[in-house]
Amino acid sequence: MKVSYFPGCTLKNKAKALDEYARRSAEALGVTLEEIENWQCCGGVFTTARDEVATKLSSVRILKAAQEKEQPLVTVCSACHNVVKQTNHAMQTDREFADKVNRYMAEEAPYNGETEIYHYLELLRDVIGFDALKEKVVNPLKGKKIAAYYGCLLLRPSGVMKMDDPENPSIIEDLIRALGAEPVIYANRNECCGGYILAESPALAKKNSNAVVENAKAAGAEMIITACPLCRYNLVKNGADIPVVYFTELLAEALGVKEDTNE
Amino acid sequence: MNNPYLQEELLRMSGVDPKKCMACGKCSASCPAYDEMEYHPHQFVSMVKNGDIEPLMKSESLYRCLTCFACAERCPRGVEPAKLVEAVRLAVIRQQGANRLKAQDVPALLDEEIPQQALVSAFRKYAK
Repeated sequence: MKVSYFPGCTLKNKAKALDEYARRSAEALGVTLEEIENWQCCGGVFTTARDEVATKLSSVRILKAAQEKEQPLVTVCSACHNVVKQTNHAMQTDREFADKVNRYMAEEAPYNGETEIYHYLELLRDVIGFDALKEKVVNPLKGKKIAAYYGCLLLRPSGVMKMDDPENPSIIEDLIRALGAEPVIYANRNECCGGYILAESPALAKKNSNAVVENAKAAGAEMIITACPLCRYNLVKNGADIPVVYFTELLAEALGVKEDTNE
Repeated sequence: MNNPYLQEELLRMSGVDPKKCMACGKCSASCPAYDEMEYHPHQFVSMVKNGDIEPLMKSESLYRCLTCFACAERCPRGVEPAKLVEAVRLAVIRQQGANRLKAQDVPALLDEEIPQQALVSAFRKYAK
């Protein structure tokens, strides 16, 4: 199976591991991630104002590129997913906004939110299936107690993201189980790390990030996994004393493809 | 000073109807930036509703919101205060010379590990 893939700016730079393990694991599961050509950065955060058009055009172009290839679009980074999915929702539901975008882009066929978009976690759950994934695991991560850190971007706004229950999610915990490890449930798993606030108030980022790590550790976590480079940065930068890794790295390890045999 | 045009613009930009608010305070109780805010999410809702917008535009609270959407998600009335905070912030930074974050501020933020995502997000929120 081939799908369109939007890695985003950070996965080409500081979060290369998130990207590389995602591609390698997908291949092991029979899915090829075909990177969209000439994509531009999504901007990192969705601007909620309805009259913001220019800041959403890169997302529309990404969605349209997938539509032209008649493929679903897959994202891995939480931020990219949030921005592209919220933009797609606006194109589907806000006729005035969609009309402005289409007039600006002036392309032959208008885009009205037709592309199906999956976060990589949804690809695993809804397309491949966690049961089928479990059968492909060659290196089960037995006995490891792992905390899923969702943060804010994957789940909210839930009416648009529709990934999981925003207050009691299970998609990453189910992945952890499929990989043979034990998920740790803790209260702060869907609380914000502080995100971009580091530019304004590093103290607030530190407070929020420390609360997540301490809460996970108190619940017995030996490791935290995330899909978001900024969550990982904030947690590590502010002194996490247990490993904080990308979920794709864990997936690649369990599938036995963590080492690249092509190099 | 009540500016009805600005109030109307904020409501239109955000799509928020502050009259739906029943003043339960759950938004502010959910806010992870609460302690650093002068005006809290529920106050953005009530003050915009009352046309008391000028103090919000001058407030540092605009730059403390994380857009984490906890307030919007947990509002039992679907008011989505985060969208109002964003609308007021945009009304400020769209003014000439009012960018909160400038390119020359970036080097001080850099370290070996900072993800590109952090910088592009900060620019989206703090500059036009």
